[in-house]
Amino acid sequence: MTTTPQDLRTDQTPLAPGAPRSGTTFLGLPTAPRGVGHLRGDRSFPDAARDALRDGQLRANLGHATQTIRGKRARVVAELPDWQQLRAAGSALKTATMARLDEHLEELERQVTARGGTVHWARDAGEANRIVTDLVRATGSDEVVKVKSMATQEIGLNEALEAAGITAHETDLAELIVQLGDDAPSHILVPAIHKNRAEIREIFLRTMPRVDADLTDEPRRLAMAARAHLRERFLRARVAISGANFAVAETGTLAVVESEGNGRMCLTLPETLITVMGIEKLVPTWRDLEVFLQLLPRSSTGERMNPYTSTWAGVTPGDGPQDFHLVLVDNGRTAVLADEVGRQALHCIRCSACLNVCPVYERTGGHAYGSVYPGPIGAVLSPQLTGVEDNASLPYASSLCGACYDVCPVAIDIPSILVHLRAEHVEAQERPTAESVAFRALARAMSHPRLWRLAQRAAGLGRLVARGRPTMPAALPFPASAWTRSRDLPTPPAESFTAQWVREHGGRS
Amino acid sequence: MSAREEVLGRIRTALGETRAPVPEVVRDYRTTDDRPVAELLDVLVDRLEDYKASVLRCGPEDVAGTVTAALDAGLGTGWAPGSVVAAPGLPAAWRPDGLDTDDDRPPVQLAERAASVTAVAVAIAETGTLVLDGTPPCGRRALSLLPDCLVCVVTADQVVGGVPESLGRLDPLRPLTMISGPSATSDIELERVEGVHGPRTLVVVLVS
Repeated sequence: MTTTPQDLRTDQTPLAPGAPRSGTTFLGLPTAPRGVGHLRGDRSFPDAARDALRDGQLRANLGHATQTIRGKRARVVAELPDWQQLRAAGSALKTATMARLDEHLEELERQVTARGGTVHWARDAGEANRIVTDLVRATGSDEVVKVKSMATQEIGLNEALEAAGITAHETDLAELIVQLGDDAPSHILVPAIHKNRAEIREIFLRTMPRVDADLTDEPRRLAMAARAHLRERFLRARVAISGANFAVAETGTLAVVESEGNGRMCLTLPETLITVMGIEKLVPTWRDLEVFLQLLPRSSTGERMNPYTSTWAGVTPGDGPQDFHLVLVDNGRTAVLADEVGRQALHCIRCSACLNVCPVYERTGGHAYGSVYPGPIGAVLSPQLTGVEDNASLPYASSLCGACYDVCPVAIDIPSILVHLRAEHVEAQERPTAESVAFRALARAMSHPRLWRLAQRAAGLGRLVARGRPTMPAALPFPASAWTRSRDLPTPPAESFTAQWVREHGGRS
Repeated sequence: MSAREEVLGRIRTALGETRAPVPEVVRDYRTTDDRPVAELLDVLVDRLEDYKASVLRCGPEDVAGTVTAALDAGLGTGWAPGSVVAAPGLPAAWRPDGLDTDDDRPPVQLAERAASVTAVAVAIAETGTLVLDGTPPCGRRALSLLPDCLVCVVTADQVVGGVPESLGRLDPLRPLTMISGPSATSDIELERVEGVHGPRTLVVVLVS
């Protein structure tokens, strides 16, 4: 596949209809706009990762948590003799859904509308935020309760509501910890994975107005403190905002998968429910959920089934919210869909299994990725949603070991997309980079024997800098530092293999 | 152009004029379970207990007495019958004397009650899951959510092996609640802790 720099558009203005297209896969579809939402970090991954790696407490917390969840997942996945068949079916279902995404969305809209719901469409984060803000304003309420939702984090909904004078109460325990601690989420499933029980206790003691001063750091006591803190808010809430794990096109059924019951509170008690959903999160038929309701809980929390799954279709008289709105958000997803290699990233069901097995994530944590989507899936999703040049360091935030692909319940080939995005980034450079100059020189040397021998002899000088250590120092002068500051460069050997052969065998082959 | 037209137009542009054929979805995973009912019931009990629910088993003639025992287990003996709310369609033969019955009161009033008693629509053995479908025997969603103790009566004919069989028995247009054990969280160091916002006690009466 070839792309030219102008294919990788990151500006906000959509192309005019009929504007010239310059690539075969990227068709000038707008990516997620800058200035709103949480898909871009303010630093590159290596810079942010370097700070994270120095935080011993963070690394201990992450190491403990990811090890726990890896073990739980492996045990419950091993219980199912047909796991690989389910995985293949999940992958095929998502491919089939994307192949007719427009038709399924139109059907979903028809079904939700027929059952008393209202469907709204949003081109991007800003439009979605405006729609939700207006809907909340129309109810007259100045506060909402929220179910944990990646889509609303992605679009920065809480900030938009706050700017409009509306208070959003996060109700998922981990989201609550993040919100009370004035922190940012660092994991898809457990946004507060970077905090341990002692740190969580400290946040609760500092920020919960009526908390018991004798609160211990026992997880059960901490969960009870959250229950007490939120109970009254649930009972008085008039408006709730949720995401959706799945939407069934043929029936208009929406599904939220959760553990604590905060989701059920939000989906059941308020008069108005506003659900914000990315356009890719639907499945064609009710039966398709038989696959995903097996894949998701075992992959995410390592349970046979999560404690609570709620489904609803439109409005049910006498049971639950009587005013239901579904907001369908693009925000760069159609640009991802246009890339035949990268579109697999839209198959993600947000289980976070790839984060938990990733050797890079386990050490750096989620904040280093700068986006609400961290880890391996974030490294392929965020750069595609924003355009590669706005998250150019993320495709390199991986050792390409492939553990993420192995555990992905819908078999997204993350390593291949990473390589694809790296190639796109390299081809997008209008001026040669130090790396590309170095590799071009290397290619020339490797195809000319005399040059190669000269280069080997020159490289041997590196031994003077290494002073007997097995690797070269990380602090080499620029431009070599760009390579060595995050990679080990072995010290050149005293003698090359060819030179040794010539010495010992006198040039006989 | 409306946002709807624009987003749909973008999707059509992204997929191109000559669309790839829709791949066939091979469903060669397990969709039925041939184990005898007695074995499925044992699996269900094992999985419910593994996720910290309590299970009491009884014959069809002894349901009301076992529901009383379940409430004793969940609330401690000496509970007031008026503090327990039953789903409006719960069969009369399953009800201990004096229980309150849910009506169209504001749902938040259910938060003051100690326990609720409902039937289920389907139970899934392999995952230890109960599914309530909002019909009168199961009650509205708030009923199985707000009281701190939930007693569910499951009959043997409602128990299926796995998830695929359960969805085939359910109506996707009803508001469904799938319940697997008491409310829980894994948000602190990824360790499971039972009891957050939903009922902290789940007692299942299994009738066979």
